[in-house]
Amino acid sequence: MESVTPILEFKNTCVSYTKQTMAVKYVSASIERNTITAIMGPSGCGKSTLLRAVNLMHNLYPNIHVDGEILLNGKNILAMEPIDVRRRVGMVFQRPAPFPTMSIYDNVLSGFSLNGIKLSKAEKDAIVERCLRSVALWDEVKDVLNKKGTFLSGGQQQRLCIARALAMKPDVLLMDEPTSALDPIATKHIEQLLLELQKEVTILIVTHNMGQAKRISSKSMFMYLGELVEYGDTETMFSNPNDERTKAYLTGKMG
Amino acid sequence: MSRLRLKNRLAKDKLMLWGVCLLATLTAVPLLAILGEVLLRGYDQFSWSFFTEPTPTAYKAMKAIEAGEPIPGGIANGIIGTIIMLGMAVFVAVPVGILCGAFLAENTKSRFAQFVSYLTDLLQGTPSVIIGIITYIWVVVPMKGYSAIAGSIALCIMMLPLIIRSTEETLKILPTSLKEAGLALGGNKARVMIKVQLPAAFGGIFTGILLAISRVIGETAPLMFTALGCSFIRFAINRPISAVPLLIWEFFNDPNLQDLIWGASLFLLLFVLTLNLLSKYLAKKWNQ
Amino acid sequence: MNDKIYRVILFIAALIMPIVCGGVIYALVTDAYDAFEHFGFLNFLTSSEWSYTEGAERYGALPFITGTLMTTLLALIFCIPFSLPVALFVGEYFKGTKIASVLSTVTDLLAGIPSIIYGLWGFYTLRPIIMALNISPQGSGILTASLVLAIMIIPYAASLSAEFIKMVPNDLKEGAYSLGATRAEVISKVVFPVAGSGIFSSYILAIGRALGETMTVTMLIGNTNNIPNSITSTGNSMASIIANQFGEADDLRLSSLIAIGLILFLITAAINMVGKIMIKRARIV
Repeated sequence: MESVTPILEFKNTCVSYTKQTMAVKYVSASIERNTITAIMGPSGCGKSTLLRAVNLMHNLYPNIHVDGEILLNGKNILAMEPIDVRRRVGMVFQRPAPFPTMSIYDNVLSGFSLNGIKLSKAEKDAIVERCLRSVALWDEVKDVLNKKGTFLSGGQQQRLCIARALAMKPDVLLMDEPTSALDPIATKHIEQLLLELQKEVTILIVTHNMGQAKRISSKSMFMYLGELVEYGDTETMFSNPNDERTKAYLTGKMG
Repeated sequence: MSRLRLKNRLAKDKLMLWGVCLLATLTAVPLLAILGEVLLRGYDQFSWSFFTEPTPTAYKAMKAIEAGEPIPGGIANGIIGTIIMLGMAVFVAVPVGILCGAFLAENTKSRFAQFVSYLTDLLQGTPSVIIGIITYIWVVVPMKGYSAIAGSIALCIMMLPLIIRSTEETLKILPTSLKEAGLALGGNKARVMIKVQLPAAFGGIFTGILLAISRVIGETAPLMFTALGCSFIRFAINRPISAVPLLIWEFFNDPNLQDLIWGASLFLLLFVLTLNLLSKYLAKKWNQ
Repeated sequence: MNDKIYRVILFIAALIMPIVCGGVIYALVTDAYDAFEHFGFLNFLTSSEWSYTEGAERYGALPFITGTLMTTLLALIFCIPFSLPVALFVGEYFKGTKIASVLSTVTDLLAGIPSIIYGLWGFYTLRPIIMALNISPQGSGILTASLVLAIMIIPYAASLSAEFIKMVPNDLKEGAYSLGATRAEVISKVVFPVAGSGIFSSYILAIGRALGETMTVTMLIGNTNNIPNSITSTGNSMASIIANQFGEADDLRLSSLIAIGLILFLITAAINMVGKIMIKRARIV
């Protein structure tokens, strides 16, 4: 029988910045393998906070606490070593931020060099080509691999950052509004790319843009004031939302 | 194997954290050591006469040591000399420095202002011993003698770049809306500067002046060739005069007077560090 | 007061800088001229003799240039292992916390201690330790002076480096963490490369301070006018020979001391200019 363990599962996950205020309240949901799940909600609803919890980014800030469980392949990541978890869960941030002191080539391999993993030249070349191809950047940069990544356009930089995350072969890729700093054409490119990428990796994407969620995701979450209000098939949610608050948000009466 | 690697990396991470904490904390050791030594060796010299009487002659000090008595006298000549020279230096350096700083803040783009700004950096980085040489050539030689005036000119030159910079920087971070509001109300530039900008920048400028004073008050080298020193209390500004750091240097070189080093150092150190802390406190308070 | 008068007054106040700096250079050059003319510029730089027997006076700057370079370089080496951790402590590990502001107050106070008091402390505390450890018999010398000099420049190097470390964008650091790097790896592979040129320039400025430091070095270097042959031997720096002999010198010796002052002025000015330019560049990036 095929395993039914979901790749990622939230169980009563809570995130609090201070003792009194919770930014994420008792979220429970399981994410299916090789899907794109969009997390939507008005600003300040805790969607980014929830996403960052999966990569244990909150461990970097001593005043933030995460409670409950987050299971990756059935194992609670909150009890695991952060650097171990972060290798399996990649993350792409709002603003593209390639390492300015590294070349494009080294940026793709930065996960390995940061982790102190030694690779042969042939392995490196293979990884760089594979990752840049899968973000459709290879043809554009194959002749300038030794140039600094900061010379690229915003959209190219963001694809480089996705390539950098993919190089580590993560199980899950987290994306925190990855196109909000990009122009519409670059956004379209990234969206097409994500639809391709879901074959290799499970994607969790926070987005402000309802159209984007509708275009690329198969599942959607709607969060409001830290709570997970609704979670289900994107199509169903957009056509027939269960909750009044979801309906209000989707019809533009909120947010 | 990967478990082992992980452990290894985490161990390195911890090692770095603890190393940084340890080495960073160690830098507090010299401060405590210096404060402790000066305090322990100097505090029992503090007395009324230490602050009201001038330095004894080497002969008197020798007699006292032979008789097993504490060395008579104090550092009053140095304190008065420091106050006189510093007072004259502040009197000139503060207005000139503020005006020059205002010039730099108002003319950010002119070639001349950039040149002046560069020269300010140049003067600020010039070793104090060279300021001493210059003042010797400029003032001591033409006046045919060491004097309080020469000493105060040396201190003034050292204070100028500090006051210029703090004035310029404080004026530059004031919101432009402040200046524009003043001008919109019909004030001319001078009046807006005097009535609006300078009062708003007062905190930063005042802190800068305090810091400049604390920087130059302990300066010894430039005073050695200008004020020279003097073993009795004197108020004349055209004659050699003493200063607290100069006295410390004299005590250091005269075996008979060595016992007075620590009291004088403690006085100077407490004064400088208090000024430092005060300016830091005021800067924080005015920034809020 | 109308705008025109106001502008004239500010301009006149600003003229003080060109006047003072021009005067500094003019006075140094004219008064050093005798020495350069008598010994020749290159010869003065490269001669290691310093003898003031009347009639056979010979002055050269080499021992003091060597002394200054040795003390400065050693001080830099001793200062790095402490100033860099302080910068990381304040600018990265404990950025914005109370404990960091306590440490930066401590370093500020270190910067505030007058150099003559550093000299006293070095003479009465450090020198006996150096003697007890059998490092050098007389206790004073290049090494002793450099050690105290190192403590004196820690605050300058540390506070400026910390500023550049603080400026490393959080985006980059989080990006590196998200790839599974430890904090040590983020610091060595992202923070240092990105803040590198700024950190480097803060050490250049620290060197600028160490070069001209006078009283501490004068009290600790041992004051001998020969080229130091090891780091434990005694010597004199450019600033210390001036402090020691200026008061008693006249004629050719005075001119030679002023010539040394001119050389010191030019070296510090050059180092400071390089440092400032680098800092401006590092701030833009």
